[in-house]
Order: sequence, then structure tokens, then C-alpha cells
Amino acid sequence: MSGVSQTTGNPILGFVHRRRRGAELFLLVLALAVGIGAYAAVGVGVEGAVPTDLIGYGGWLAALVVGAHVVVRLVAPYADPVLLPVVAALNGLGLAVIHRLDLTEDTGFAAQQLVWMTIGVGLFVGTLVLLRDHRVLTRFTYTSGLAAIVLLLMPMLPLIGNEVRGARIWVRLGPVGMQPGEVAKVLLVIAFAGYLVLHRDALALAGRRLLLVDLPRGRDLGPILGMWLISLGILVFQRDLGSSLLFFGLFLFMLYVATERAGWLVVGGGLFLGGALVAWQLFSHVQTRVNVWLNPFDYYGPGTNDTAFQPVEATFGMAWGGLLGRGFGGGDPGRVPFAESDFIMAAIGEELGLTGMMAVLVLYGLIVERGLRAALISRDGFGKLLATGLASVFALQVFVVIGGVTGLIPLTGLTTPFLSYGGSSLVANWVIIALLLRVSDLARRPVPELTAADDAGDQDTQVIRVAR
Amino acid sequence: MSELTLLLIRIAYLAVLWIFVLSAISVIRSDMFGARVPETARTPEPRGREPKAKSPSKRRGSPTHVLVTEGANAGERADLAAAPVLIGRGSDAAIRLDDDYVSTRHARIAASGDQWFVEDLGSTNGTYVGTVRITQPTTITLGTQVRIGKTILELRK
Repeated sequence: MSGVSQTTGNPILGFVHRRRRGAELFLLVLALAVGIGAYAAVGVGVEGAVPTDLIGYGGWLAALVVGAHVVVRLVAPYADPVLLPVVAALNGLGLAVIHRLDLTEDTGFAAQQLVWMTIGVGLFVGTLVLLRDHRVLTRFTYTSGLAAIVLLLMPMLPLIGNEVRGARIWVRLGPVGMQPGEVAKVLLVIAFAGYLVLHRDALALAGRRLLLVDLPRGRDLGPILGMWLISLGILVFQRDLGSSLLFFGLFLFMLYVATERAGWLVVGGGLFLGGALVAWQLFSHVQTRVNVWLNPFDYYGPGTNDTAFQPVEATFGMAWGGLLGRGFGGGDPGRVPFAESDFIMAAIGEELGLTGMMAVLVLYGLIVERGLRAALISRDGFGKLLATGLASVFALQVFVVIGGVTGLIPLTGLTTPFLSYGGSSLVANWVIIALLLRVSDLARRPVPELTAADDAGDQDTQVIRVAR
Repeated sequence: MSELTLLLIRIAYLAVLWIFVLSAISVIRSDMFGARVPETARTPEPRGREPKAKSPSKRRGSPTHVLVTEGANAGERADLAAAPVLIGRGSDAAIRLDDDYVSTRHARIAASGDQWFVEDLGSTNGTYVGTVRITQPTTITLGTQVRIGKTILELRK
């Protein structure tokens, strides 16, 4: 129903994006080489021989990836060609690194992670097949917002809530544990995008100017204050610094993009700084994190309480890795506790070196760039905000967790997307990629030509005219 | 495994990783250097396209006038630059129709964004787009037949 007939004569609007599915397949083959190559290199490096199950493992990985590619070809032919291969490469590399840690520590995380990856690809396919138009999601704005809040509250419930390593972010239902925050992340983006696309005018236009910055009106501060309280609640009651930063930053980014007003960044940044300062004053676990970040070596080694053991060992590992790394099996990444989840970047830094770490960071950058690109060329406001939100939640999470591991910011407990061991995170991230592909598919698809339909009425007009 | 083999594997794997990264970047290089416009679409435009950006309705291929194609006043036209275009029997109408079935102020053609709408102004016999009597402003495009009384109007380039 929109801007139909005008597009034909104009060379710019008549431009049609190429589908690039062939390029995607080519990149997927290379991505499989990255994933399976890493698995083989781990076998050679740690055990001295190419793993015997390489064919089975590689076949399974290839089947998953090619299956996802075929579905994209069928239901989202204009989708972005780079996202799926990049994600496949990261997931394959993550599996290999987890497998490498399994070999030294005698755990079985890699097999479980492969199961989670299968479920993730299944949900990816399901999202693409069932969700043919992302605008359908606007109907569930408040439903998904409510669901996200319920999910965030679930770990606090007495029976199913579970505290792991000081952070109360787990839900345990029988044998299956999950982090509802990872799923809430996706739902929150949908809720924010649906809310902001409707209310951005009020948030963007009203307000007064102070010191070169347009400050919003007091009465429009409701949503941002609500989100700030929720983030602080997560920080205080669940003791999860990372999720708190992630959710509030996400909301701030989306608000800024929706309204084009830097004033929101000033207000939000001020609120966050204030909240963080108060939390630092009041809560010992926040103080510990900050102290460990500022003076890690005061909390490491005999004679201290060894709170900084994890980050300091990670730093040693990355330093030992140097430029080219020790090679798979050449390092000792098992020294870092929880290297397979929060500190997987330290393991990569140790065995693949700065070169490998930079490649991983560029891949993350590519995912974020493709997400923002889909937002730029998307033709509807909701799609723009959805893609921006998903890309920024991804960027924030990568920044927070890798910044924490490398010592740029205080350490927080978040998973590294697609690399870390963790089912909820992996599955949620595959859904994020499916949503981004859907937005980019609709954005790159040529505008439908509706003029032909109008000609059908010609003859009928005459008939009715005679009948009168 | 000898030390040398392990070194070679290490460097080969980093090479594979970076080949993948660089290939991915080369696939999206059109983002940086601009997309290729098909040769056929790049036909020289007439000069004076500068005001194009000002109003979407000035684009090539968009309607420029309303033409009466059937009825007593067939051949009469009104420029869309003077939108909104009032149609009726009254003297203030941009297209005056000598048609007994047309009301004094019958309908209006107006722009919203880059779309054109026809709106019935409470006429006696109604306004039809195609075969449907409209009850609210309705989008019309090039060649859509708008019937008012015994008269048919169209948007034309």
C-alpha cells in the first residue's frame, strides 16, 4: 500500500539488491573450514593425532549449517549474506575451544554445546519459517515486555531460583538449568522497539534546551526511570552487574536512535553513573569487583584471599599467547576457572594469540555492522528499531564481557555470544540472528509492484455507470 | 608431533581464520564503495533534477496532472502542483464539471507524503475508485479511474 507506482521510473528506487546466496554458501564453506579446522587442530595439538570422530563431527556441523542455509534460501532469499557464515564460524570455533578445554579438564561440555547448537539452529529455522514479516511482532509489544519482566523475576522465586557463584540469575527446572535473562534480552528488544516506534514523537519533540543539549520533559521520563529501576533491581537483588549494564544500555541506545536526541544519553548516562556510584558505596560485591579491576595483583597469590585469581590467570595466559599464540594444545588455558564460559576469550588469546583474538573481534564487529546496515536500509520504523536494538545488545554484550576479560572495565558475568559454553545464551543468540536476517530480507527485497492490480477495475466501472 | 609441524598448523589455522574474515569483508565491500546500479537504469537524466530532493512528488514517473477521460468535460485537466485539487460543479472547483450527477463540491485530490489520495466531500452520488464507493481518503496511483457522476478522472504523467 505504500509508495507504489513512483518507483518504476526512478533509477535509485528501482535499484534491487542482489540476493547473494551464492556468496553466502561460499562463505559458509570457509566458515566450516574454520570450525572443523579448529577441531582437527585441537586433536593434533592436544592428543597428537587427528580426532577419529572428525568426519562425524564435521558432517554434523556441515549438516546444521547447510540446513540453515537452505532454509534461508527458501524463506528469506534477500537476507544478508554475511551474518550466517560469521555466526557459523564463531560457533564452530567456540565448540573447538570448549572441546580443547574438555580434553585437559576431563569434562563433557562440547558435546552438550553441540546439542545446544542443534537446538539453536532449530529455533533459527523455526523463527525464519514462522515469522515471515517482523512487523507481526508489534502486536506483542506489551506481551513480550511483560514476559521479559516475568523471566527476569523468575530467578528470585524461592523454588526454581538458583544462585550460582554469587549471581542469582539461574532457574532450575528439574535437571535443566537456564538463564532467563538471555531470553528476556530478545523480548525486551521487541518490547522497546514496539513501544518507541509509537511514542517516539512525544519523547523526541517535547522538552527544553539547556547548555546546548535538549533535555526531555519531566513527565516523559517515566519509561527511562522504570527501566533504570529494573536494572538497579537486577544489580541489587540478583547481583548481576553485566545484565544490569546490558539492559539499561540497550534501552538508552534505542531511545537515542528512536528520538535522535543526545539529551537522553546525558540523562541516562547520569542516571547510570549515579546508580553505579551508589551501588559501589552500598554493596560489597560491587566494591570487590572494582578493587580487583583496579589493583588485581593485590588480590592474587598466597597471603591474600585470591579474589583476583581468575582475571590475573587470564592476563597471564593472554600475555603468554603473545602475537601468534601457543597453538591449540600448546597453552594451559585450563588454569583459568570457568574458561569455557566467561573466560573463553582468554583461552582464545592464549592459544591463538592477538591475531586470533583480533579476528574474533572483527567477526563480532561484522555482525553488529550487518545489523545496523539492515536497520539503515529497512523501510519501516519498527524494523529499524528492532535491528538497531538487536545489534546494540550484541555490541554491548561483547564489549562488556571482552572488556571485562581484558581488564578494560570491571569484570562482569556475561557469556561471550556464540563462543561461550551456555545453552540459553547460544539459543537466544541464534534467534537474534534469525530476526536480523528477517529484517534484512524485508529491507533488501524489491518493492512490490501494485499498479497492475488497479487496471482490473476498468470494465466494471462502465457496467455500473450504465446501470445507474 | 614435531615442533615444526605444530608451528605450521598454528600459522595455517590463523591464516584460515583471517582468510574467512577477509572474504566476509570482501562480500560486503559494496557497502563501502556503493552499490552497482544496473547499466540500463543509468540512462542520462534530463538536467534540472535538482529540485528532486525537495518534494517526492516531483520524481520522474509520478503524476503531474488530473485528466478528465470520460464525460461531458473530457480532455479538461488540472495541474497537481496546485494541490489539493477540488472537483465539483461549483465555480471554485479546479475542475468544473457540467454533469448533473456531480455535487457542487464533490471530491478532492490531495497529496500525503509521496502518495495521492482522493477524498469524497460528502457528495450526493458518491465517489468511486474502480468499482468501490469510497468512504474515506483512498490512495490512487497513475491510471486509477476515479468516477464522479458520469465523469471519469485519472492521474496522468
